[in-house]
This record gives sequence, C-alpha cells and structure tokens, in this order.
Amino acid sequence: MSAAIRTEVLVVGAGPAGIAAATAAAEGDCKVIVLDDNRKAGGQIWREGSVAVQEQEKDSKKRRALERLQRSGAELRTRRTVFAATAGFVDALQETVAGSVTERIEFEQLILATGARERWLPFPGWTLPGVFGAGGLQALVRSGFPVKGKRVVVAGTGPLLLAVAAHLASDGAFVSAIVEQAPLGKLMKFAVSLWRQPGKWIQGARYRASVGKTAYRTGCWVVEAIAADHGQELRAVRLTDGKRTWTEACDLLACGYHLVPNTEIAELLGCTFEGDAVRVDADQRTSIAHVFCVGEPTGIAGIDAALAEGEVAGLACAGKSRDSLSARVITERAFGNRLQRTFALRGELRSLAKADTIVCRCEDVRFADVRGHAGWSDIKLQTRCGMGPCQGRVCGPAIDFVLGCKPASVRQPLYPVPLQALCSSLTEMNEI
Amino acid sequence: MFDVLVVGGGIVGSAVARECALEGWRVGVVGGGNLSGSATAAGMGHLVVMDDSPAQLALTAYSRSLWRGMAQRLPKTAEYDGCGTIWVAADEEELIEARAKCAVYEGMGIEARMLSSAELSEAEPHLRKRLAGGLIVPEDGVIYPPAAAQYFLGEAKRLGAEVVGLRAVSAAHGEVRLADGSVLTAERIVLAVGTDCTLLPSLPIQGRKGHLVITDRYPGVVRHQLVELGYLKSAHKLTEDSVAFNVQPRPTGQLMIGSSRQYGGTSAEIEPAMLRRMLDRTMEYMPGLGQLSGLRAWTGFRAATPDKLPLIGQAAGLSEDESLWLAVGFEGLGITNAPGAARLLVDGMKGRTGAIDATPYLAARMCRQVGVVYA
Ligand SMILES: Cc1cc2nc3c(=O)[nH]c(=O)nc-3n(C[C@H](O)[C@H](O)[C@H](O)COP(=O)(O)OP(=O)(O)OC[C@H]3O[C@@H](n4cnc5c(N)ncnc54)[C@H](O)[C@@H]3O)c2cc1C
Ligand SMILES: Cc1cc2nc3c(=O)[nH]c(=O)nc-3n(C[C@H](O)[C@H](O)[C@H](O)COP(=O)(O)OP(=O)(O)OC[C@H]3O[C@@H](n4cnc5c(N)ncnc54)[C@H](O)[C@@H]3O)c2cc1C
Repeated sequence: MSAAIRTEVLVVGAGPAGIAAATAAAEGDCKVIVLDDNRKAGGQIWREGSVAVQEQEKDSKKRRALERLQRSGAELRTRRTVFAATAGFVDALQETVAGSVTERIEFEQLILATGARERWLPFPGWTLPGVFGAGGLQALVRSGFPVKGKRVVVAGTGPLLLAVAAHLASDGAFVSAIVEQAPLGKLMKFAVSLWRQPGKWIQGARYRASVGKTAYRTGCWVVEAIAADHGQELRAVRLTDGKRTWTEACDLLACGYHLVPNTEIAELLGCTFEGDAVRVDADQRTSIAHVFCVGEPTGIAGIDAALAEGEVAGLACAGKSRDSLSARVITERAFGNRLQRTFALRGELRSLAKADTIVCRCEDVRFADVRGHAGWSDIKLQTRCGMGPCQGRVCGPAIDFVLGCKPASVRQPLYPVPLQALCSSLTEMNEI
Repeated sequence: MFDVLVVGGGIVGSAVARECALEGWRVGVVGGGNLSGSATAAGMGHLVVMDDSPAQLALTAYSRSLWRGMAQRLPKTAEYDGCGTIWVAADEEELIEARAKCAVYEGMGIEARMLSSAELSEAEPHLRKRLAGGLIVPEDGVIYPPAAAQYFLGEAKRLGAEVVGLRAVSAAHGEVRLADGSVLTAERIVLAVGTDCTLLPSLPIQGRKGHLVITDRYPGVVRHQLVELGYLKSAHKLTEDSVAFNVQPRPTGQLMIGSSRQYGGTSAEIEPAMLRRMLDRTMEYMPGLGQLSGLRAWTGFRAATPDKLPLIGQAAGLSEDESLWLAVGFEGLGITNAPGAARLLVDGMKGRTGAIDATPYLAARMCRQVGVVYA
C-alpha cells in the first residue's frame, strides 16, 4: 500500500470551479491534486456524453478548460469520493474493479469545489417510474437513456429547466410544456437585469428558441403525477396556476426545484456559514485560513461565477495577484443573488404533499409521519427519515422547505463506505 | 401543583412518568419530547441481563422481565426483537468465564446455555472460525430506544401527564424553575437528567463516551446480539479507554456496531482513531463485515457512577432536600433498566416493598464513596 499522498493544494471537485482553481494554482507552480467522484472531470454542466447541437459552444469551452488543466500539471484523480476530512488531510474512497481502496491525501491548502445538487420537493406521485429530477434526466440522457419520441413535461424552477428542455428536445424528445413556478413578473425583471450580461441572455434565448413552440408556463407548478389506471406507469401530470387546475399527458416528468449547495465537507471542517452558503472573503478564503471554497457552495450562481471564483482561489493559493478578477466575481455574485430572488419557492409548494406521500425514499417515510415533531433530530429519531443511504441529502432540503427544520449534524463518513475503509488495514499502512 | 415533576424526558424519565401516571398521580415531564443529545437517542438498545454485581444482576433481570411482559403492547416502531445474546468466547480463559456466567444465570432462573465452537459457528456463520465457544442467553433482546421512550411518554400523556418542552434551570424544595422564568411546583421532583449534573452538582456522574456505527441493510448476516467476553475485562475498567466487539442485528436488517468506552472530554465529535480501533476489533471477530456499507457513525455519553450502579430513589445522601428523587447513572444499561428503575422508584415513593431490594441503588451509599473517589 502506498504512503499517504502529499500535495500543496488539494481541490475537491472537478467541475468548472475546481478545474479553474486547479489550473490557476498549478500554473502558479503549486503541486496540485484534484479529486472528483465521477469517471471524468467536468462536474454537472460539463458532464461527458452525447452532445446536443446547442451544447457545442459549451463543449469547446469545456475542451479548452480540460486541455489547459492538463497542461498546467495539476494531477487529476477521478472516481474518488471524499468521505472524511480534517484540517490536514482528506480520506477518499476509490472504487476499483478489485474492490474499494482508501486514499489519504495530505494538503497544505484545500479548495472545496463540491458544486450543487438538485432540490426536490414531495408531491403525490413523485415516486412513480417516469418521474425524474430535471438535471437527473439530463444526466441520464447524456449517458444514453433514450427519450426519442417521448412526451416530456419539464417542471420546477430555475434556469436549469430551459437548459434541460433544450437538451431533451435536441435528443428527440417532445417537450410538451415547461412549467416554471416563478411568476412572470419576476422572470421579466430577471431577464431585463441580464442586459449587462449579454452572454447569459443569448444562451437563455438560444435554449428558448431550440424548444420551439413548447409552452413556457410561468407561475405554474405540478400538483400531482398520475399513473395509468391502477398502473405504475406515469400517464400525466396535474398542473395548476393557483386558480385553475388541468392535466397534461406525458410519458416522462423532469422536475427540479433549483439547486442546493453541497456543503458537507465545509460543515465537517467547521467553516462558518451565511445562511446555506459557505462564507468566504474576496480571496474565496473560508473562516479557516487554509481552506478555500468556490462555485455553488458559496451561493448558487452558475458556471461563470464558478469559473471566476475558482481562478481567484487558485491564484490566492499560489500567491499570485487576482485583482483583475474581482469585478467579475462581484458581477457574478450579484447575478447569483438575482437568481435566488427570482426563483425563490412559492409558499403553495409547501402543501403539495398529502398524508401518504413519501418524503424519505430510503426509509419509506410518509408525510404524515414527519409532521408535528419538535425538529429535525426528533423527526429523524422517531420516523427514520434521513437515516438511509442518502443520509438526508435528498429529503433534508425538502423537509427544510416544507417544515422549516434542517438536518443537524454532518459527520464522517459523509457517504456510505465499506467498513473496511474506516479500519486500519488500509489507512494505517497508508500512514507509514 | 403536581404530585410528581420529572426532569428529563429520556427513556428513564419517560418510564418514570408513565409509572407515576399509572398510580393516578398528577405528573409533569420537564424537557420531554426532545431527545436530541440524549443517551437515549445514541444508545444501542440491547436489553441484556448483566452479572457484574448481584445488584446489577437483580435489576437487569427484573427489568428484562418487564420488557418481555410488555413486548406485545409495544408499538411496531419500537422494533422489539427477542433475538437473544451470544457471549463469544475467543479462548479457553474466556470459555471458563462463560461457564461461570452460565452458572450464575441458571442460579437466577435465567435461561442460558453453552455453545460449542461448532454450535457457535452454526448459530453465527459469519463469525471467524475456531473461536472457543459461546454462551447463549435466548431471552435477551433489542429495542429501538427513541421509539420506546416515546411510547412511555405517550402512555404517560394518555394517563394525563403534562409534557413541558422547556428546560429546568433549577429544581429544589418542590419547585422547578423553567428556562422562561416560570415556576412549577410539585410534592416530589425526580431528576432523570442523564449525564447533566447542573441541577444537582453533587451527583457523582461522569460521561463515558461511546462510538457506534450503523450499516446498510443486510438481513440475516447476524442473528443474535453478539458480544465478546473480553468485554468483561475491558468495559469495566474505570480508567482506560477500551473497545469491544459488540454487534447488534436491527429488525431493519441493519447492523449496529459498537462499542468503545472513553472517559474525559465532552466533545461529541467522532474520533477517527477510536472508530478505527473499534472497527478493527469488529473485523477480528467478523472479517466479512469489512465489505458491508457503513452509513453513519455517531457518539453518545453514558452516565457513569463510581460503583457502576445507578442512583434510584430519594436523593438523601447527596442532598438534604426531601422533595428530590433520583433516577440517574445508568451507564451502559439505561435502556434495559428503565422499566425496573421506574417501578422501584415509585415503590419507594409509595413506601411499599418492591419486587427486588432497592437499597443497593439508593444515593445514601454515596456518602462514603463520594468522599473517597471525588475528593
Ligand atoms: C444535476 C445538475 C444539472 C445541471 N445542468 C446544468 C446545465 O445543463 N446547464 C447549466 O448552465 N447549469 C447546469 N447546472 C448548474 C451547474 O452545475 C453549475 O452552474 C456549475 O456546474 C457549477 O460548477 P461547480 O464547479 O461549482 O460545481 P459542479 O459542476 O457541480 O462540480 C462539483 C464536482 O465535485 C464533485 N464532488 C462533490 N462532492 C465530492 C466529494 N465529496 N468527493 C469527490 N467529488 C465530489 C461532484 O461530483 C462534481 O463533479 C446543473 C446542476 C446540477 C446539479
Ligand atoms: C454508545 C452507547 C451505547 C449504549 N448501549 C446500551 C445498550 O445496548 N443497552 C442499554 O440498556 N443501554 C445502553 N446505553 C445506555 C443508555 O443509552 C442510557 O443509559 C440511557 O439512555 C439513559 O437514559 P436517561 O433517560 O437516563 O438519560 P438521557 O437519555 O440522556 O436523557 C436525559 C434527558 O434529560 C434531559 N435533561 C437534562 N437536564 C435537563 C434539564 N435541566 N431540564 C430539562 N431536561 C433536562 C436531557 O436533555 C436528556 O434529554 C448505551 C449508551 C451509549 C452512549
């Protein structure tokens, strides 16, 4: 077994933010390692797979970024899931054909670029086959899931809906409606505010154009996913605008309620938070001096913020000037704040779940079970909600929105790991 | 004015509240309905007869019989399972201990039987081969403590008990002052405060930290609660940190893995070195578990007294206050002992003779020891 690996700068996450950070630090002559749990670098937006026409520009950006990362000398180690972290090292689990191996990586400076996941909300029928997360279905399609000829409703909230709809349409799906819960007024204001950032406006317009005649319904949301008579197959969704309710036939529903940052490692390390986001200074430094945080965990703001923040942190680690970037970061942060305001969830979404709607899929917990408890810890202890393999990653943010209580404690292992990974046999030898 | 105010809504306070309510008393539970941070939320829930001392044997045997008696009435969420315990003997020395233990249990009329090495292996195929043998105690069981505590509290409420969510900031002379400044009065106050000694600083209790790990679901891999007999050597030293092989099959098919014991420190953080020692010990007994997926690890604090016995009954000896009663200091057996302790406490309040002798658990015994141990 190899000794613990040492590096000057360790980057966790190889999405746009992590790639930018690693590249900048390595170009500044630091020894850099980047870890990611996927097979390849790219994160959510630059995920590998089939590429739709309107994604070509994005793809060349991705290619350039990856080539530059490679030239920079930063070492990319993929298929590594970080499950434990301290101020001086992280433990990552590497899945290999021969089984799993624990790797300990010691760092001098750490950059957290762990991205975000989709927020999901409970509504009747969401567990039917055929119902997916919006980004989730997009990722499936990228890895070969066929949607050609399928009728799809894309619903929820956030700019991601348009991107997903465009992607599905280009793969041959028939997107019958895009259902956005944010009201038209807010969206108009948002669109107008984008005049300073024409790139974003053009991208949005292009997505919109590519889904052609598909109805973009604002101020509407899904109240129920309906199965075919007594069946288990999705047949339609019931939609509402708060006054009127109607049914839209579909084969697939892609439904996501914007994003929740992945902040578990930062929490484990004890970084200070501001609301749901990790607090950082102008250098992307957290409350812990040698720990930086970039991209979505500092507040959902999209790829341009991720790229700029990543570069700032990388330069800061290498002791290089990052003044030229500060205006860009500020602009992108402001965009993030507007995103948050525009796509804030409406109160009506709190009352979609019925008594028998499942809220925790790992443990089969129903909405009736989780009501009326003193807080998250009580809900968890008395109903097993959040006790399963996802450890509240999925149901936690939903319960937070619907009932107003947050999962309390983050502990290692952050992800389920073979017990072996926590034993000496591997780590101790690594430590020699 | 209450007849009894119970401070602390862990499994012990909840069991006491129910027992008092069954007497028809007016009962209040201060700090009820919130288990976060309690030992009840952290503990393993092994319902086990233990024979460290005659007094411990009497209380655990009595309590276990009460659990068995209510098994049918417990809600499904309490996950009661009479899976039995197997004490695993690694070598000849431990086998001798197992035989002695067997004899003690038989003497008490508690069903127990020796297992040969082959029988052990048949009963628990995933144990490493060539262990010396074991002792099976078929009537032991497991429970899910938070739901059992909720059941007790629910029963108490059904019988009219009032639950007050606030914390108590003082409790003396028939008055309990709550965090919001209001005052409740009662004839008797029961402190069932776990490891928290702020209301009565003379409580001779220290927190003893333990780590636990839970796995994903693997039904049938382990069938009984398995405890190494070496545990007896390690668990009861009052000074050193120790680990022992201790695996529990949950009715969900999950495995709960313990156990460690540490003194000093109040931080609930996972200590990777301790976790590793504990899991290494587990792998020595069940190497195959290394492949199973571990979902979560956590810690809890056991309320340890100097003589390893709980404090049940009037506080006399630790306090002059005649309104104060105690149900604390259950170390690693509070889940098992909650129903027995509650019964003994109420017997004491009623002045009636209970099913077992209550004197070994009275605080009065601490008068002498406190001076010595905590001087
Ligand atoms: C499902 C989904 C789909 C999306 N689709 C689009 C889209 O089509 N268009 C668009 O403009 N934006 C999309 N976004 C938004 C997009 O993710 C962000 O704008 C951008 O990618 C942020 O970059 P990032 O580097 O901060 O995070 P990410 O791109 O999310 O990268 C973070 C990386 O860190 C890895 N990681 C996290 N934790 C660990 C760990 N413990 N160990 C190892 N690796 C870890 C993740 O697997 C991921 O690869 C999507 C987001 C999601 C969640
Ligand atoms: C790792 C571990 C494993 C264990 N395994 C087992 C096992 O297998 N079998 C077994 O029988 N036992 C086991 N135990 C022991 C068992 O968990 C405890 O003995 C039992 O839970 C104690 O219950 P309690 O009600 O006395 O204390 P707690 O559960 O700690 O409850 C005390 C409550 O009182 C509250 N409180 C304190 N002060 C105040 C105040 N001023 N005002 C209001 N409320 C207050 C606290 O907040 C807390 O909720 C284990 C313990 C640990 C830590």
